[in-house]
This record gives sequence, structure tokens and C-alpha cells, in this order.
Amino acid sequence: MLIVHELCRPGLSPLSFQLERGECMTLQGPSGAGKSLLLRALADLDPNQGEITLDGRRRTAMTGPDWRRQVMYVPAESGWWAERVRDHFLDWAEAGAELERVRLPKEAGDWPVSRLSSGERQRLALLRALLRQPRVLLLDEPTAALDGEATAAVEGLVSDYLRTGAAVLWVTHDPRQARRLNPRGFFMESGRFREAPL
Amino acid sequence: MNAIPLDAFDIVSASVLVLLSAALSLALQLGLQRQLLIATARMIVQLTLVGLVLKTLFALVSPWWTGLTALLMVLFAGQEITARQERRLKGPWSYGLGTACMLLAASLVTVFALTAQVRPDPWYDPRYTLPLLGMILGNTMTGISLGLQTLTNGLVRDRAAVEAQLMLGETRWQALRPAVRSALRSALMPIINSMAATGLVALPGMMTGQILAGAEPMAAVKYQMLIMFLIAGGTTLGAISAVLGGVWRLTDARHRLRLDRLR
Repeated sequence: MLIVHELCRPGLSPLSFQLERGECMTLQGPSGAGKSLLLRALADLDPNQGEITLDGRRRTAMTGPDWRRQVMYVPAESGWWAERVRDHFLDWAEAGAELERVRLPKEAGDWPVSRLSSGERQRLALLRALLRQPRVLLLDEPTAALDGEATAAVEGLVSDYLRTGAAVLWVTHDPRQARRLNPRGFFMESGRFREAPL
Repeated sequence: MNAIPLDAFDIVSASVLVLLSAALSLALQLGLQRQLLIATARMIVQLTLVGLVLKTLFALVSPWWTGLTALLMVLFAGQEITARQERRLKGPWSYGLGTACMLLAASLVTVFALTAQVRPDPWYDPRYTLPLLGMILGNTMTGISLGLQTLTNGLVRDRAAVEAQLMLGETRWQALRPAVRSALRSALMPIINSMAATGLVALPGMMTGQILAGAEPMAAVKYQMLIMFLIAGGTTLGAISAVLGGVWRLTDARHRLRLDRLR
């Protein structure tokens, strides 16, 4: 579904790989290996070269916003532009059912963003992206600030999302999480890629 | 008009006030006397020179010399805008953007005032052109530099928030809207405040000058209104074009935020 050919940018050696429909690829590697740089380049947030196609459509044939609606990046540190949580969602009513799944109450919509814990931010940022129904999700350590229960909830939510025919590239520091999510993991070191022995 | 002319003795006797201030600074060990005297000396030299230049220009009434002087004023004001920026754009944009927007806004507004309202003969008469341009430039310059300053600081500070919207597939105009709004608000606040307070808090300098020079108060008031309109128009036009130009430069055609184009 997502075919990446010779993607490169400063700090990254040229990378090529494919993501299939319903596939969750995990990516591990030490800090500074270029994992976030890779995700940013895939989402076309920084200047980069290389050919990327999604379902046969080239990235260059789409506008930046169109591409990012399909290939959506959820960074480790999420950004918030309004005061209340609900203003960051296209349709807060729609978010209701999913909130329970990530162990958050319905009232969360009225919470001021400034009082969110980092775990709450992470779950809300993931939900905010999921509800826009991208084809590919690029997740940068989405469970770093979560306890076991919330982590399992997030993994469950993403698994269901994969079943709709989407694909996920998941950056994690936890080898057990990588094994849980996918037998085919990758390992990244100083801007290079190799298939990880799991 | 029957202005009471001042002679050299009047000026010297008034300067006693500054000398007294310097003496007070010395007596109270404020350490300000040196700066105060240098600033006074600069003022005397600069104003005298400006007076001589204006006298010559007014005698010449040449479109070329008037135009050249106006251009120099714009270029100096552009330098001032650049110097006031904490974060500058890289390359020629740093000086170019603010200066170009000011040239556009100030010249449009000045020519409009000269040809539609004041209508001197010839229309470029330096006696009208240069003071009008000076007042418009001074305010437009402040507007543009506040606008650009707020925009660049805001984008650096709220980078995560701006990029969060881009990541969700919003356009650069949508994602940068809060930054643009606060940049234009801080650019236009001074002129809005000064229009709202003028006449109540203080009499505008130009109006005071005209009244001292013997003009009828209502004639001076009309001139002041004209100037306020010109300043408001020039500042708005200059600030909007500079802020939108800044957004244009700090993003790219793929709708990415390009803070790497800031120094």
C-alpha cells in the first residue's frame, strides 16, 4: 500500500521499504538514530527526497495537506492550538465512544489542555488523528507515558484500526511491545535500517 | 498664519533646562549627564542639518531630488525595521521584506494624500511630500516591525501547535492563522490606541505645531484627522503585506513550516 523508495534527508541514509494493508511495522533504535526524522520525512513535514506512493498514487501528485491527511504523523510530544480539548477535534460527539476505549471520561472535552497529564495528551493526540481516518498512521512512542492498562487499551484501539485496512508504522523503545505488535520489526541505527531480530 | 519667530537667544536660554538636568544628574550621581549631553548635541546637529536640507529641497521643488530623499527615508526606515528584529529571516529577505512592504504602503498612501486631498501644485511639492511621508513612514515602520517580530517569535514559541495542525492535514494558512492574528493585532494596536486616545490624553505633536505656528484650531484638527487616516491606512497595508509575506517565506509550497529560514 505504502511504497517508499530511496527516501532521504539530512541525517538519514536512503531508505526503501513497503507497508502492506493491515500491517503494523515496528521500529526500534537508540535515541538520535533518526526515527523521528524518518517519520517527519514520511509525513512530508521537512524537505526530503525520494519517491513515495500510496495505493499507486505518487506523493508529488498530491498537495502537502492532502498527503498528510492520508499519511498522518502523531509525534511523541503533541501540539495543541486551542484552550479546550474539544476544540482540537473535528466532531467531539464522534469522539465519545472512543474515549472510553482509551480510559478517558466523556467530560475530557471540557478539560483545559494546560492541565492534561502527558499520558492524557498522548491518548487524546492519538484519538484526534485516528478520528480523521488516515490510511497510514506514523506513531512516535504513543505509549511512552502510559501504564500497562492504558498501553493495552491503545494497542487494542490501533489493532482494530489496522483491521479496517489501514497500516501503521510504530516507533517503540520496548522490545516486548514490538513483539506483541508485529513479528516483522525493524531496527534503526545512525540513520540506517535493518530487519530486527525479534 | 502669524507664527512668533524664535531667535538664537531664545534657543540658548531654553537649553539652560538641559544643562540644569545634567547638573542635577551630576549632583545626584545618576550618571546620566554624559548620555544626556550627547543626545542633546546629536539633536542639535541632526535637526540643523535636516533644516538645511529641507530648506534647499523646498527651494528646488525638483521631482528628482524629492524622490531621492523619499527613497533614502524608506531605506533608512527599512534598516530600522531590520535592526529591531530579534529573529531575522535569512538572506536578502531580512532587509528586503520589511523595506519592500514599507515602500509599497507608504508610497501608495502618500501619493494618494498628495493627489486626492492635499493637492499641492506641483503634486510632488517637497513641502508637503516629505513631512507627510515622514509621519506615515514612522508609524508604518513601527507597525511592520511589531508585526514581523510577533510573527516570528510566535512561530518559534508555538511551533508544536502549528505543526500539530499541519500534521492533521490543515493548510498553512489555517495552521498559521492564530500566529497571523496576534501579529496583526500587535502591529495595529498602537495606531488604534492612539486614535482612541487622541485629544483626550494629549494633543498630537503635529496639531500642536500647527497651532503654535498660528493655524486655526479647527484647520489643525482637520489636518490631524487626515494624518490619522493616512497613518492607519499605511500601517494596516504595510503590516498585512509584511506579515503575509513572512508567512509565505516561513512556509513552503508543500505547506511545511520552514523555521530553518530564520537565523
